[in-house]
Amino acid sequence: MAEKKIMLGNEAIARGAYEAGVKVSAAYPGTPSTEISENVVKYDEIYAEWSPNEKVAMEVAIGASISGVRAMASMKHVGVNVASDPLYTASYTGVGGGLVLVAADDPGLYSSQNEQDTRCVARAAQVPVLEPSDSQEAKDYMKFAFEISEKYDTPVILRTTTRLSHSQGTVTLLEREERPDKPYERDISKYVMMPAMAKGRHIHVEKRMEAMVKDGSGFPVNRAEYNDTSIGFITSGIPYQYVKEVFPEASVLKLGMVHPLPRKMIEEFASKVEKLYIFEELEPVIEEQVKSWGIQATGKEIFTRQGEYSANMLRRALLGEEMQQQPAQVPARPPILCPGCPHRSVFTVLKKLNIHAAGDIGCYTLGAVAPLSVIDTTICMGASISSLHGMEKAKGKDYIKNWVAVIGDSTFMHTGVNSLMNTVYNQGTGTVIIVDNSTTGMTGHQDHAATGKTLKGEIVPAIDIFRFCKAIGIEHVVEVNAFDLPLLEKTIKEETARDEVSVIIAKSPCVLLKGNVFPDVCVPIPEKCRKCGACLKPGCPALTRNKDGSIAIDATMCNGCGLCMQLCHFDAIAKEPK
Amino acid sequence: MMTKSIMIVGVGGQGTLLTSRILGGIIQEAGYDVKLSEVHGMAQRGGSVVTFVRYGDKVAEPIVEEGQADVLIAFERLEALRYAHFLKKDGVIVINDWRIDPITVVTGAAEYPENIIEELGKKYKVYAINAMEEAIRLGNAKAFNTVVLGMAAKHMDFEKDAWLKVIEKTVPGKTVEINQKAFLLGYR
Repeated sequence: MAEKKIMLGNEAIARGAYEAGVKVSAAYPGTPSTEISENVVKYDEIYAEWSPNEKVAMEVAIGASISGVRAMASMKHVGVNVASDPLYTASYTGVGGGLVLVAADDPGLYSSQNEQDTRCVARAAQVPVLEPSDSQEAKDYMKFAFEISEKYDTPVILRTTTRLSHSQGTVTLLEREERPDKPYERDISKYVMMPAMAKGRHIHVEKRMEAMVKDGSGFPVNRAEYNDTSIGFITSGIPYQYVKEVFPEASVLKLGMVHPLPRKMIEEFASKVEKLYIFEELEPVIEEQVKSWGIQATGKEIFTRQGEYSANMLRRALLGEEMQQQPAQVPARPPILCPGCPHRSVFTVLKKLNIHAAGDIGCYTLGAVAPLSVIDTTICMGASISSLHGMEKAKGKDYIKNWVAVIGDSTFMHTGVNSLMNTVYNQGTGTVIIVDNSTTGMTGHQDHAATGKTLKGEIVPAIDIFRFCKAIGIEHVVEVNAFDLPLLEKTIKEETARDEVSVIIAKSPCVLLKGNVFPDVCVPIPEKCRKCGACLKPGCPALTRNKDGSIAIDATMCNGCGLCMQLCHFDAIAKEPK
Repeated sequence: MMTKSIMIVGVGGQGTLLTSRILGGIIQEAGYDVKLSEVHGMAQRGGSVVTFVRYGDKVAEPIVEEGQADVLIAFERLEALRYAHFLKKDGVIVINDWRIDPITVVTGAAEYPENIIEELGKKYKVYAINAMEEAIRLGNAKAFNTVVLGMAAKHMDFEKDAWLKVIEKTVPGKTVEINQKAFLLGYR
């Protein structure tokens, strides 16, 4: 009997890649896509890498595909924006070996800066999209994606969402199908996209999509489940499960391919049900097309474009059921920097100096909220440095004297490098603080080009951020221990005063990194405590006040960084061995 | 069997994922269909976290919604209160009697509610244990999750020995014994 295993959606996607005979996988970490690569790498048959950003990852996968093997790239939805340049043109070139882009959307914004819908990108790029509804389908659709990629000569997007990626379900495992590499043949009409050739390939794109519209009605991933025909749903992905939960007796057209739409199948389904609903998270991608064909249906009139859907949402909207139990009014518990996080130390100094920060994407984005309240802007990967440059060019160099750009080491390697080159080239000034914690922290500790280790665990030369900054012509580059408050303060004052661009690398490894354990814990000395609260200001979650106002430190949470100790004016906090 | 819904709630970093692995393991051993849904990424950094577990003959949606949970396993008091409305009318709450102040309380923007366990007890069947103290007594504070799980296991459909076997299969080798002890301490 075939082995069954409970698998995370992302783990099942990786398994699908393995079974489909994938040979190359490239990615940049990003919630909720990260565990795809972390599972792909467990298969020795697949070469897997962390690329510095999604554009590079996509291009690596495209190159592998052109060489004749099955290849994939995986990324979160906003990563697809970064990769969109190669994606749009790979749509024209088509593939050698099958090529799949796994794009992980985040309805509900569990860990993202926007709620964009990858299906909109796919429509613009004219690339087909498959969307599974559980872990088993995640694996099966991955294999089907490679099949149609090769059959229709197109990259295919497998769209997942946070809920699917981070849910576990039972999966039946099959053997890997080893595939012979496609022999490489030089074909510049297919792979060199200069105008004359691209014109020809544009015709291919149109024909391919037309063929898929037709053939889609027969694809096994698209399925009409006819039951009670007084009510019918067109749905896909995780929302399909909510429909099955609330209306097990309804008729459902479950679309496994959400772009292009199988028009004939949809028209037939619509004609057989009395009342038709279209139930899709985020944008009305299916709905607008279906309605444009003159089909009556209800969708975004009653279902929101925002956030994640649920079964209760269906119960409320269609059955008028209200929840009996109301949530209790309780204090919010937003995410915070961990106890012992080096970013907290950097923000403590910036706050003291009353400096604004153009921020970036990473744990340090949490420096925007109280009590640190240092980060003023967060847009996308790499934007801290370039947006600070824009402010300077708009308002003059004095305007940014009390500003810095704050960017993590992984984000700097991702796209921050381009922004810094721009500042140098266009005679910008200002100070960039690279908060270098030697990892990609927020997504759960992935390596990158400056850590000296690959996804496969090989030790490689680490790109030296200090020497890189020097090499592009920045004279003032300073490395500081992120926990050395006096030196950090002095350095930030000096560097922000300059009329030149400068870089401060505030170094200290992420406190959650394996092996990075401070030897001590901090303990309060109650008789010395004056209850002033200076130690509480950075908002370390291990510190609270006792009823009498003195300080308590939770020994199970304290990581022993000593930041609170440095802030205490009365020596009322000491370190003790763990 | 009707689908049964379990929730595990706590504070990011408390180790809810290991508990859900054990739970997933025993459900699979018993041959049920199962879906689990977890929180990764930003929400793990000290924020409120929730894991949904659903099992039965055939499970559709992977999440547990308001008014649907049979058992709520809470690793912290405030989180029990936050998610109590997810319980069915006759649902059971198992609480680790432990307080972790959210940043909103630390900064003084909000107050930590008093008498949570007593208040919840008026509406639901509540079982509370200071699992942290119990686990420290056993010699490893980190095993507190398994104490709480042991207590919750009383309200699920699996035999004691099956639990112990799954713990052995799921937790790191060195911690099997302490986790089994912790489980039994909660299960008594």
